[in-house]
Amino acid sequence: MARVELRNVGLNYHTEAGEVAALQDVNLTVQDQEFVAIVGQSGCGKSTLLSLVSGLLTPSRGEVTIDGNPVQGTSKRVGYMLQQDYLFEWRTILDNALLGLEIRKERTPEAVDEVREMLKTYGLGGFEHYYPSQLSGGMRQRVALIRTLATKPDVLLLDEPFSALDYQNRLSVGEEVVRILRERKKTVLMVTHDIPEAVSMANRVVVMTPRPGTIRSIHSIKMCDEGLSPLQTREVPEFREYFGAIWKELNADAEH
Amino acid sequence: MPNTDFSPEHLSYLRRRRLDTLTVRGTQILLVVGFFALWEIAASRGWINGFIFSQPTRIWAAVVRLASEGELWRHLGWTVGETVLGFSIGTAIGIVVAVLLWWSTFISKVMDPYIVVLNSVPKVALGPIFVVWLGTTITAVVAMAISVSIIVTIMMMHTGFKEVDPNQIKLVRTFGGTKGQVLRKVVIPASVPTMIAALKVNVGLSLVGTIVGEFLASKAGLGYLIIYGGQVFNMSLVMASVLLLLVVSVILYYAVTFLEERVSRGGA
Repeated sequence: MARVELRNVGLNYHTEAGEVAALQDVNLTVQDQEFVAIVGQSGCGKSTLLSLVSGLLTPSRGEVTIDGNPVQGTSKRVGYMLQQDYLFEWRTILDNALLGLEIRKERTPEAVDEVREMLKTYGLGGFEHYYPSQLSGGMRQRVALIRTLATKPDVLLLDEPFSALDYQNRLSVGEEVVRILRERKKTVLMVTHDIPEAVSMANRVVVMTPRPGTIRSIHSIKMCDEGLSPLQTREVPEFREYFGAIWKELNADAEH
Repeated sequence: MPNTDFSPEHLSYLRRRRLDTLTVRGTQILLVVGFFALWEIAASRGWINGFIFSQPTRIWAAVVRLASEGELWRHLGWTVGETVLGFSIGTAIGIVVAVLLWWSTFISKVMDPYIVVLNSVPKVALGPIFVVWLGTTITAVVAMAISVSIIVTIMMMHTGFKEVDPNQIKLVRTFGGTKGQVLRKVVIPASVPTMIAALKVNVGLSLVGTIVGEFLASKAGLGYLIIYGGQVFNMSLVMASVLLLLVVSVILYYAVTFLEERVSRGGA
């Protein structure tokens, strides 16, 4: 079943200096529980694409649907993770994790218990009343994920969610996040400029052209074994083949 | 548990640091004591005219007389009360206006040149206008205090609001947050440090407004005492009032600092 669908989507940015086509003729279908990664150079409109699916932006042309319904404004079906955790320093870990529920006016005692449970499950038990500055980068990113999951979205949009972490943490947090998202059977659309990250995590990798961004190619990632974790995927021989093919495509664009 | 088993090298480092702090403090105290001692000696030996320049013992006598007459607390009460009132009202209105400017880009664009012009006007020049409009009342004094602090509050708070990380706002919007929620959940709490900074500036400014207000329109308060003392050529009374004013401003400033520590401990 198609969870997310983009049909002939285009988006223009307007400034006084003129009009810039950020996206053009984007067609993409994401199936239920699929993990799709989008790679491309900076400024190719990858993040814009996520904003369109989240309903923060409205396309100039074409249509974005979730489960067949056109996207109109933000919806509780969709969760969004930004480049950094953006935890609020003035809120405790628990209150940060409850932010989304609070904004949606769904902060019930049961919901609070569920979030507490999630914090415990993901190694943050006992940290509920700490403040973000007292936590490590990896822990903070986990709180951000729980904050997103707390509102129970079906579709998750990840905008370079590990880019603010150092290399070691990027791998281990990435490993964990993918495990959690698979466990919870989420449909994921992730934007990144890190090709190995995309290949190791996704079922399909979408390569975008420079501005105006459009889809250049889509690679279905099929490894010898099913259900490998991102770190295990980096070990199999096919990994390098996919990496090479995608690298070549992105490089070809860069040379123009 | 910090390690207290220090090496001789570290102990000598700590000793040097303590000595350093002591030297600075000692010199600071010496400067004040020296200043007043020199003043006292110069006046009693006739190097300076004690009638015009007054002298510490006479100032102290003036303070004691004020206290024994019960006048001291009355004057202090008026000045502190008017300052706190002007400061609170000025800050409150300033924040509300800043929120309005943040809320509506249209209003903020329209108001921008007027705020710049109002900011550059020396507000004490408006004093006589307040006196004519409001009479020689506490209202005129408080209005003076408000007028001195309000524009600065508006500008500082509006700038603070605009500098809130747009990604934190985006985060709230991804959860379907309304503009009111963005204001309450992000913009206001993120601007608490700016608010404290504005309070610190304002407490001084409000005191300036209050004293000028009392110069023009009051029968009580330190500003009134200074003007009165000047008119009857009682320089000891003038000096005493100025010194009391110094104490008041320090206490008010530390009250705000205390508030800041309370807030920052509660928040993070």
